[in-house]
Amino acid sequence: MSDSSEALATHELRHHFENMEQQRGASSMGMWVFLITEIMFFGGMFMAYLTYRYEYFTAWQEGSQHMDFWIGTINTAVLICSSLTMVLAVLAIQQGRRRLTSIMLAVTICFAIAFLVLKGIEYHGHWLAHEFPGSAFHFNGIDPRHVEMFFVLYFVMTGFHALHVVIGIGLVSTVLYMNERGHFSADYHNPIENVGLYWHFVDLVWIYLYPLLYLIGHRHVG
Amino acid sequence: MASATTITAEREHYLNADYGMRSWFFTTDHKRIALLYLISITFFFFIGGFFALLIRLELLTPQGDLVQADTYNKLFSMHGQVMIFFFLIPAVPAVLGNFLIPMMIGAKDLAFPRINLLSWYLFIIGGGLMLYTILTGGVDTGWTFYVPLSTAYLGTHVVLAAVSIFIAGFSSILTGLNFIVTIHRMRAPGMTWGRMPLFLWSNYATAIIQVLGTPVLAISLSLVGLERLFHLGVFNPQLGGDPLLFQHLFWFYSHPAVYIMILPGMGVVSEVIPCFSRKRVFGYEFVALASIGIAVLGFLVWAHHMFVAGISVYSAMVFSFFSYLVAVPSAIKVFNWTATMYKGKIYYSTPMLYAMGFIGLFTMGGMTGLFLAALGVDVHVTDTYFIVAHFHYIMVGGMVMAYLAGLHFWWPKISGRMYPEAWGKLAAMTIFIGFNLTFFPQFILGWTGMPRRYHAYPPEFQVLNVLSTAGSTVLAVGYLLPMVYFLWSLRYGKEAGDNPWGAAGLEWKTASPPPTYNFEETPVVTWEAYNYEELPKEVPVVG
Amino acid sequence: MFPNFPIWPVRAATSASNLDALFIFLLCVTGMVTLLIFILITVFALRYRRTLVEKSTPILGSVALETTWSLVPFGIFLIFFVWGAVIYFQERTAPADSMEIYVVAKQWMWKLEHADGQREINELHVPVDRDVKLIMTSQDVIHSFFVPAFRLKQDVLPGRYTTLWFHAIRPGTYHLFCAEYCGTQHSGMIGSIVVMNPAAYEAWLSGGGGEGSLASTGQKLFQQLGCGSCHRSDTQGRGPNLVGMFGKPVLLEDGRTVVADENYVRESILNPGAKIVAGFKNIMPSFQGVVNEEQLLSLIAYVKSLQGSQQREPVSNRPAVPNVSAQPRVK
Repeated sequence: MSDSSEALATHELRHHFENMEQQRGASSMGMWVFLITEIMFFGGMFMAYLTYRYEYFTAWQEGSQHMDFWIGTINTAVLICSSLTMVLAVLAIQQGRRRLTSIMLAVTICFAIAFLVLKGIEYHGHWLAHEFPGSAFHFNGIDPRHVEMFFVLYFVMTGFHALHVVIGIGLVSTVLYMNERGHFSADYHNPIENVGLYWHFVDLVWIYLYPLLYLIGHRHVG
Repeated sequence: MASATTITAEREHYLNADYGMRSWFFTTDHKRIALLYLISITFFFFIGGFFALLIRLELLTPQGDLVQADTYNKLFSMHGQVMIFFFLIPAVPAVLGNFLIPMMIGAKDLAFPRINLLSWYLFIIGGGLMLYTILTGGVDTGWTFYVPLSTAYLGTHVVLAAVSIFIAGFSSILTGLNFIVTIHRMRAPGMTWGRMPLFLWSNYATAIIQVLGTPVLAISLSLVGLERLFHLGVFNPQLGGDPLLFQHLFWFYSHPAVYIMILPGMGVVSEVIPCFSRKRVFGYEFVALASIGIAVLGFLVWAHHMFVAGISVYSAMVFSFFSYLVAVPSAIKVFNWTATMYKGKIYYSTPMLYAMGFIGLFTMGGMTGLFLAALGVDVHVTDTYFIVAHFHYIMVGGMVMAYLAGLHFWWPKISGRMYPEAWGKLAAMTIFIGFNLTFFPQFILGWTGMPRRYHAYPPEFQVLNVLSTAGSTVLAVGYLLPMVYFLWSLRYGKEAGDNPWGAAGLEWKTASPPPTYNFEETPVVTWEAYNYEELPKEVPVVG
Repeated sequence: MFPNFPIWPVRAATSASNLDALFIFLLCVTGMVTLLIFILITVFALRYRRTLVEKSTPILGSVALETTWSLVPFGIFLIFFVWGAVIYFQERTAPADSMEIYVVAKQWMWKLEHADGQREINELHVPVDRDVKLIMTSQDVIHSFFVPAFRLKQDVLPGRYTTLWFHAIRPGTYHLFCAEYCGTQHSGMIGSIVVMNPAAYEAWLSGGGGEGSLASTGQKLFQQLGCGSCHRSDTQGRGPNLVGMFGKPVLLEDGRTVVADENYVRESILNPGAKIVAGFKNIMPSFQGVVNEEQLLSLIAYVKSLQGSQQREPVSNRPAVPNVSAQPRVK
């Protein structure tokens, strides 16, 4: 078993690297650096959100109360579960258990799709309630202009996040396919680890979004 | 140095290893990608330069009589966007950095060669979109896209321009990511951080800025695009937004961006000066750390572009203070380069002329930065030609000259040929003279009150404008010369040999042009950088 | 100097003299350092050229030198910083009794209105030797009010007020430029500041502005729009009493305290729900789309003039301070 996996490993060594260790190190580091750029990208949106929250406090409270608390909470649970299955997938391939890896990757994808479906239902709800920014927006409470701003940031932030979920589904599907084709083993599975890193990052962004959007103004929370 | 062969055509190297379009457009060889970039950014340089010439022509007379106001506004906007995003930001990193970084650290390629190629394709797609924008009516937002002008008051291709820059930004991010991982993980045995050439330190610092800063530009432009397309109110006060928020987000990237543009040029100068002084850089550690210092401090000064924008007095003071702080590492570098020449053995080769010109002009540009960091002074001169002169001194007098220094210095390595030295010197001096004639009068224009982005101006400003335009024609000639003689040298230039300059650095230990995998065997480094005291005393090709 | 070829802008205000001193200091210091670098490079390039030198002298570095040429420049920078910051602080702190003039910028002109009701387009007449404070807003995009002769500039933003104050010292006519790119006719958005001797200024003032002072225009609008039905000057109103309110801190429903400045009043008219005064309900309708920028400024001027019995800084030094019952200036 180890002979063929070593052969696999050598087969995967790209020509400009000296050895697999260098390749693996470079590959992981590349993903970390990329995730730092993603932090900066979302960081800009968080800054905009925090700035306006400071300036338009009441509108932010008001907007947050119009969030769909239950979908948001279920989605949070869904994503955390998907991170769990992703971790299990990585653990599985570290032990060379390819079938289990594929199963865990597939379940991760299912959770991700569930997240997107729930999100879609949620967006649709906002659309029907005239909470979609732009010409269709209509709000009957206080400070409607700034509540619209809250919704702009809500849709932009969750929209970009959802885009990253979609990309994540693509990435997880790719490594699932590669795993089914036998590319990975206990000795070589760097792409799965990197996709795992990406996936955890996407989850982490949501973990910040959830309280900021859903919980700050919510009456049920103290 | 033993040279591999004398006739490049007989030996296999990266240029003749493979032929045909596919071998170029699907290459993963960092050297070929560097050349793809070289051709692309040269193209954009001339487009941006053409716009500049039209601007200067219009400004010959006080009235707006050459082009209409809207056209003029498009000219300066597109001049800025093209020059910044499609020339200056990629120039040294994507051309010289791509070519040299693996060689300088003793590696066969960058960490992610395919991402490197993707980077170039993103640049081309972004550039193509920008070209399309230009050809179908242009954009007149200024390169700064201030809101609500760009989101609600202009009918030009704002979103298209923003998308083109967004895509080019990803090219920049991926290049930076590649460099960081390469420098961390792929140094040859013995090549410790303390033995790396300063060019690597500079590009490493640049890469950090590219990776951290560019995403914020991406989100700023995305929000502008979304606001414009869907009539949202993120920044538009009429819809509840804050125009200053855009400025903060925009400048958070765009200030560090100027360090993305200048740091690689400083890296080039740090290679050229020691070689043509035959001497190690004075204070190597300080120059290396100064690069990192500039990168870090550069993120703390963005609102010095907003001193009159309506920010609070206290935050203005904080940003003024940090702006003075960031000037210190740049000053350190200038002093160290100058000290390197002390008791050296100076050769007047073309790269050295450009490098010395860089130090002078960058110093002048940097000194005027000290004026701008002073709050009271900035209130008067911001948004005038003083600012235009300041950044052109640094970007053109500094960065472009450094880029030319690098092109001339490494041309033998890239092409295997020498450029004609006499023409090189002539072009360098033409550029130096033309540059000062063009931009020095603009300091005076700004100080006496001529605002920037003005299509027409009061008649008392005409004399200096005429002087500036005259200078720009000289500058244009200066830039055309290298175009001509570099191309000429490809066919008729003297064969260069491995190390025509007798320079230190791993890249000079391999053939010119290098083989595809750079080195026959991975080098093992046991010497410090710039070990000129151990190298031959004479520069074989005399300058 | 040369009328057709200026190399130094005219000094027409105290801010100009203050700044020029710093600028000259900067010129001298940076000039000397630049010259030093140029000379050193030239000297080294000549003295150590290859035909004169057998071999270079390896010198690694010098921590002493590095420390010196880091700390000494930084020390000098601190002087620039403090001096520049002091000037800036002074420029952004208008004296309490400045004469106020309101400015509305729009693509592509400057509209100015004196407290007395005098309106001007692209020209601003001011008396010499007086503190003048401009309260400015934009109707559309960001502009910037720039007077080189005063060395002053301030961006003019839509949706809020920014201020600029000056003290002119020299009668004459000086350029006014828009200094923030604002579209097609950005370079056409220019005008003049006309600084006049006191007598000439009086003469000019009495020559126009028949509509009455800005505050009286505001008062008429206040009545027309029915503001007084809620904002009564006793405690019975459904809205807060506005007398003596301007410039003082206000406690809001959500616990925050803000100062009732021009921006606050403007927001309260256009978007009342954003900040509710403590003890009052959110019932005020929005006047967004009902009043334009000039009308807003007149309402603000009126609210400022509501002094009540409490003694506050007067709006301006002029004897005919507009108050609710004064006669407007007539021709």
